Amino acid sequence: MNNKRYLSAVMAVGMTAVASSAMAATKVTIGTVNNGDMVRMQGLSDEFEKLHPDIDLNWVVLEENVLRQRLTTDIATDGGQFDVMTIGMYEAPIWGGKEWLTPMGDLPSDYDLADIFPSVLGGLSSDGTLYALPFYAESSMTFYRKDLFEANGLSMPDQPSWDQMKSFAEQLHKPQEEQYGICLRGKAGWGENMALVTTMANAFGARWFDENWKPEFTGEEWGNAVSFYVDLLGNYGPPGASSNGFNENLALFNSGKCAMWVDATVAGSFLTDESQSRVAEHVGFALAPEQVTSKGSGWLWSWALAVPVSSDAKEAAKTFITWATSRAYSQLVEETYGIANVPPGTRTSTYDNVEYLEAAPFATRTLEAIGNADPNDSTLNPSPYVGVQFAAIPEFQSIATQVGKLISGALAGSMSVDHALKAAQSITLREMTRARYYSN
Amino acid sequence: MLSLKQRRSLNTLLMGVLAWGVALAIFFPIFWMLLTSFKTEIDAFATPPQLFFSPTLENYTLVNERSDYLHFAWNSVVVSFGSTIIGMMLAVPAAYSMAFFETKRTKGTLLWMLSTKMLPPVGVLVPIYLIFKDTGLLDTKTGLVIIYTLINLPIMIWMAYTYFKEIPKEVLEAARMDGSTLFQEIWRVLLPMSKGGLAATVLLSLILSWNEAFWSLNLTASEAAPLTALIASYSSPEGLFWAKLSAVSTLACAPILIFGWISQKQLVRGLSFGAVK
Repeated sequence: MNNKRYLSAVMAVGMTAVASSAMAATKVTIGTVNNGDMVRMQGLSDEFEKLHPDIDLNWVVLEENVLRQRLTTDIATDGGQFDVMTIGMYEAPIWGGKEWLTPMGDLPSDYDLADIFPSVLGGLSSDGTLYALPFYAESSMTFYRKDLFEANGLSMPDQPSWDQMKSFAEQLHKPQEEQYGICLRGKAGWGENMALVTTMANAFGARWFDENWKPEFTGEEWGNAVSFYVDLLGNYGPPGASSNGFNENLALFNSGKCAMWVDATVAGSFLTDESQSRVAEHVGFALAPEQVTSKGSGWLWSWALAVPVSSDAKEAAKTFITWATSRAYSQLVEETYGIANVPPGTRTSTYDNVEYLEAAPFATRTLEAIGNADPNDSTLNPSPYVGVQFAAIPEFQSIATQVGKLISGALAGSMSVDHALKAAQSITLREMTRARYYSN
Repeated sequence: MLSLKQRRSLNTLLMGVLAWGVALAIFFPIFWMLLTSFKTEIDAFATPPQLFFSPTLENYTLVNERSDYLHFAWNSVVVSFGSTIIGMMLAVPAAYSMAFFETKRTKGTLLWMLSTKMLPPVGVLVPIYLIFKDTGLLDTKTGLVIIYTLINLPIMIWMAYTYFKEIPKEVLEAARMDGSTLFQEIWRVLLPMSKGGLAATVLLSLILSWNEAFWSLNLTASEAAPLTALIASYSSPEGLFWAKLSAVSTLACAPILIFGWISQKQLVRGLSFGAVK
């Protein structure tokens, strides 16, 4: 009798354990960046967990560069620490091509993949296979002070040329009143000054590599572009421009110290927010400047969600990213935070909504800018790489960081443009040779 | 012409002003962080920087709503105290043997231990990441305790060694003559005589572990992340974040600052132990 009791007790405990393990929620760890859209996504995770009580979301929020290093270490070592990774257009095709990411096939029919901009999908694919779903996307555009333009009898075209920008900057530059003609990124980094400088170089007809992967920094086009950049920002920019990135320029523009600024389209929402900006009602929008060509003059970037193959909760992770990038999610953001906070730049339906266009005065220009950017054809002369403000090859991050330091040095006056470009050519050639793109 | 007394007074005054100047310069970043944590994002970015503004608690409210502060703080407490306790358990016997039973290789061993601090951590990131992955230590407090112990051990041994060297060998020999075992010799004689120095070693190890960011960011995700990881989550390349970052930094620094304040007597006594013979 005792044995029977003992046996039934053991069975009961065993069954409870099995049942509770079966009922235990699948833990999904999400590595993401700290920006407004991602914070809102984190804030809405309860809504997802209500819909999917079998999935438990854990967030790891890090600064962009820290996250990039963290995710790269994890995915390259098959660490499996993250089930969902927030990656950009640079990583998606490279990591996808290495089969580190789970392909995003078999999406639910109501996901409506056709609603997503083709250029954004193209930037997140490798050999035609989609490896990440876009959460939001951005291009670059020109922000300017309508009041200052009006007061000086100036008129901003829909897409100005860099020469016109220089002429405007010259007329609006009044450093004694702490009003600077133009603010541009000067801080060194492949995602900082090099994002802007590369789009400028594209507009001046330059490219990073020729068809044989040889760098072209000593060519006339790069010389013209970088000389123009250093001259423009050095003469009509704020003091210490070589250490200004997105946030520093945002703060300068918001406090009324920049007459013009060329940067990410997402800045539009900060500049027109009266709680942040002292010039919210005076901001005008134009496309990023062109010069000899408009090809590649505005960049294209998307923060997207991907599932690494090392994840042990792939299905749950895919369920989450499908939800977070869906139209239903946009609807939820609209209801919770207001329509102006819907993740921009990914879905056509967002821009078909008249209410959104009214709430976000920069939306039409954003749509146009994203439509113009083509990562597969971003340079005047043909180039072998994919990407507008970057070349989607593993070596680019290191090369562009070094080149960014040289150009920032030229802007700060510690070396000449000629010297910086010769050094850039030499570094790039060395790295590409080392990576066996060619033998010498 | 100043008299000797007047010159001494002037010297004291000048030294006092200099000491206050240095102390204020060191304290200024902490003061500014505290001040910024009560500003709005616009005020935090204002140029010229504002000393007078309308204070707000909105940054603290937001941090409280968005993050589980206690979870991160508890992890910080466990890993810094855990690594310090284990580190001291290893450092004291090691320093004892090196200080009182010196061989011709002792100096070399000490220098070699210190040289491991000169290696850039990123150089060993991938091997350590792989070892942690294979042993299931990624994102665990145990893993962080192990790594922090290993990082701080050379400094702890060096400090303990320096303090032990100040104690005359004869005292320990007398204890042995009186029949003390090895454990009693260390526990009843050596440790009480060097407690000021060892307290400073403990405090330094706690502070270094509390503030360590490279390994905590790279080896943890959601479960074992300490306060340094929480701070990193509030930095952003797109958007204004200084006020929120200052609020979370203030919250992260507060416990260790308070702890340091309470135990500053031991810290100063320990750090100046043996400085004046």
